[in-house]
Amino acid sequence: MNAANYLYVSALLFSIGAIGVVVRRNAIVVFMCIELMLNASNLAFVTFARINGNLDGQVVAFFTMVVAACEVVVGLAIIVTIYRSRRSASVDDASLLKR
Amino acid sequence: MTSNSLVYLIALPLFGSAVLLLAGRRSDRWGHILATLLSGSAFLVGLYEFIQMLGRTNDQRAVTQKLFSWISVGSFKVDASLMLDQLSICFVLLITGVGTLIHIYSIAYMSHDLDRRRFFAYLNLFIAAMLLLVLGDSYLNLYVGWEGVGLASYLLIGFWNQKPTYATAAKKAFIANRVGDLGLSLAIMIAFATMGTVSFSGIKEHAGQASTGALTAIGIMLLVAATGKSAQFPLQAWLGDAMAGPTPVSALIHAATMVTAGVYLITRSNFIFDAAPTAQLMVAIIGAITLLFGAIIGTAKDDIKKALAASTMSQIGYMVLGAGLGPAGYAFAIMHLLTHGFFKAGMFLGAGSVMHGMDDEVNMRRYGGLRKFMPITFATFGLGYLAIIGVPPFAGFYSKDKIIEVAFNAGGIKGITLGGAALLGAAITAFYMTRVVILTFAGSKRWDDKAHPHESPVLMWLPMVLLAIGSVVSGFIFTQGNSLKNWLAPVVATSPAHEGELLKPAVVSILALVLVLLGVGLAVLKYLRNPVPTEAPTDVSIFTKIARRDLLQDDFNEAVFMRPGQKLTEVLVATDDVVIDGAVRGVARLTQGTGRTLGMTQTGFVRSYAMWIVLGAIGLLAAIWVVTL
Repeated sequence: MNAANYLYVSALLFSIGAIGVVVRRNAIVVFMCIELMLNASNLAFVTFARINGNLDGQVVAFFTMVVAACEVVVGLAIIVTIYRSRRSASVDDASLLKR
Repeated sequence: MTSNSLVYLIALPLFGSAVLLLAGRRSDRWGHILATLLSGSAFLVGLYEFIQMLGRTNDQRAVTQKLFSWISVGSFKVDASLMLDQLSICFVLLITGVGTLIHIYSIAYMSHDLDRRRFFAYLNLFIAAMLLLVLGDSYLNLYVGWEGVGLASYLLIGFWNQKPTYATAAKKAFIANRVGDLGLSLAIMIAFATMGTVSFSGIKEHAGQASTGALTAIGIMLLVAATGKSAQFPLQAWLGDAMAGPTPVSALIHAATMVTAGVYLITRSNFIFDAAPTAQLMVAIIGAITLLFGAIIGTAKDDIKKALAASTMSQIGYMVLGAGLGPAGYAFAIMHLLTHGFFKAGMFLGAGSVMHGMDDEVNMRRYGGLRKFMPITFATFGLGYLAIIGVPPFAGFYSKDKIIEVAFNAGGIKGITLGGAALLGAAITAFYMTRVVILTFAGSKRWDDKAHPHESPVLMWLPMVLLAIGSVVSGFIFTQGNSLKNWLAPVVATSPAHEGELLKPAVVSILALVLVLLGVGLAVLKYLRNPVPTEAPTDVSIFTKIARRDLLQDDFNEAVFMRPGQKLTEVLVATDDVVIDGAVRGVARLTQGTGRTLGMTQTGFVRSYAMWIVLGAIGLLAAIWVVTL
């Protein structure tokens, strides 16, 4: 099977994730879209490892998973805290940090 | 030769000034006595040094004292050292002698002034600074004293600074002096740049190796310095206004000592001027211009002090002319300086005595017939008068005649012009001084009945009598066997200068006397035969009007320097506002504007930030795609 097809899938997933981050308001959904983008890039890394015939890409994919796990911990904590204080999970409501 | 006592000359009056200024009101009761005693003891130290000096041979007379190493930077070394030689001792004795007499006079003259202590503190400060000026062994040491006397002069002219015009007069004197000081500092810099030293002895040694151009530049800058301090053309305008100070100050600083510092400077720098004939000629020309300038102003002044100030300007013109005539004239310039110190200080004190008796009236048109009421003042003033117009055997006859004679001996057009100017000046001097004496002491009384003219107390007339004795005998003593000329010979080159005489000395003397008689006669006709109006007549010729306006010196300065200076300041202020401040404000405004514009992107919406990131990433990818295509 042509390895390029994996890259197409990866690009598709990444785009879906990016569009989701931009257009959705629910913080949890935005968060899931970010995870989708991370996993899309993981797919691309693994594919490149396959194409190049070495393990570099796979190693980076593990790192990405670790980073994603940390990010989930911190991100979810923030979202829960914001929800507690404002009774809303909409990212547009948390817009105090502006000029 | 070294001496350890030179420093006391300066330290004593300096100590007095410090005590009086620091002790403040606590010293009000005894301050004037302390100041007078310290000035007197400085005179005694000077006298001691003079007697010591007399005991040595002529080439061993100079003594030095190193105080401390002042500046030591690389090859530039200046010691704070004092040097007392035959030239300085003349000044030391004049400054401390006349200075002490004027201290004594001031005790009585200033007795009603609440600030008498401050006055004596400044007087002592002046004595110390002036002594430093004449005792410094290098131009840099001289410069310190030079600035010190400028400061003391400023403080004393503005002593009654509660009157705004007096404070302005003080500022005017200070600023005019600053112009001259600039000349002196430039002269020192040029001297150091070309010869690598600033001491008198060092420059004297190296003057031969320097180029004539450099020496001429130094000479001209020294001349600028002298014109500022000595009120010579074109920096003479301040002296008339300086009469705002108390009269003893006018006598000490603006007649006898400080204003002659320029003559000292030129005489001290004789080795420079002798090697730079152009500069020397300029000195003589400036002197000749000023002696006529001052004399003409003197004829038009009704204020007794301003008339005497114009006369001082004119007499210093004679000294500068003498100093500008080179080796033949230096000794006579100094001689005239010393005799002038006696008779002009005496006359100023006389004027102060008249003012004292006349409730501070200075307008001579409101005097008249005072000789009956102030016999001692009249007698001493009269002796000073005979001395200044040059009647033999009074002091001025010897010194002024010699300068006229030497001027004629300069030869050619130069000799005739300079000598002619000096002769003419002598005639005008006789006219205006006779006018002063007639208006003040002769004729009928023109004062209000409120005034009660009376003779001044002994503390005031005693110094006047002593100075009058000086104005009678000093000229005779100085010329006896060429004593002063021989005395100064090791310091300033003297020349026999009797070769190619244009006019015999006797002819010059007779010519001068005839002109003096003419001047006196004219004044007698004009002011003694005719009644003197108490108000200055206004229907006078344009020349009189110009002379009353000080020959337009203030108008000239105002039109040429002050107004353009103000315009320049305005332009500079505008430049500062528009260009400098504009640039600073512009940068601030630009930063502020940029911040405000960029701030608009900070909406607080996370999704819009994400949008920017996405667009940025797309833009980046597009750029890479375009580049690799």
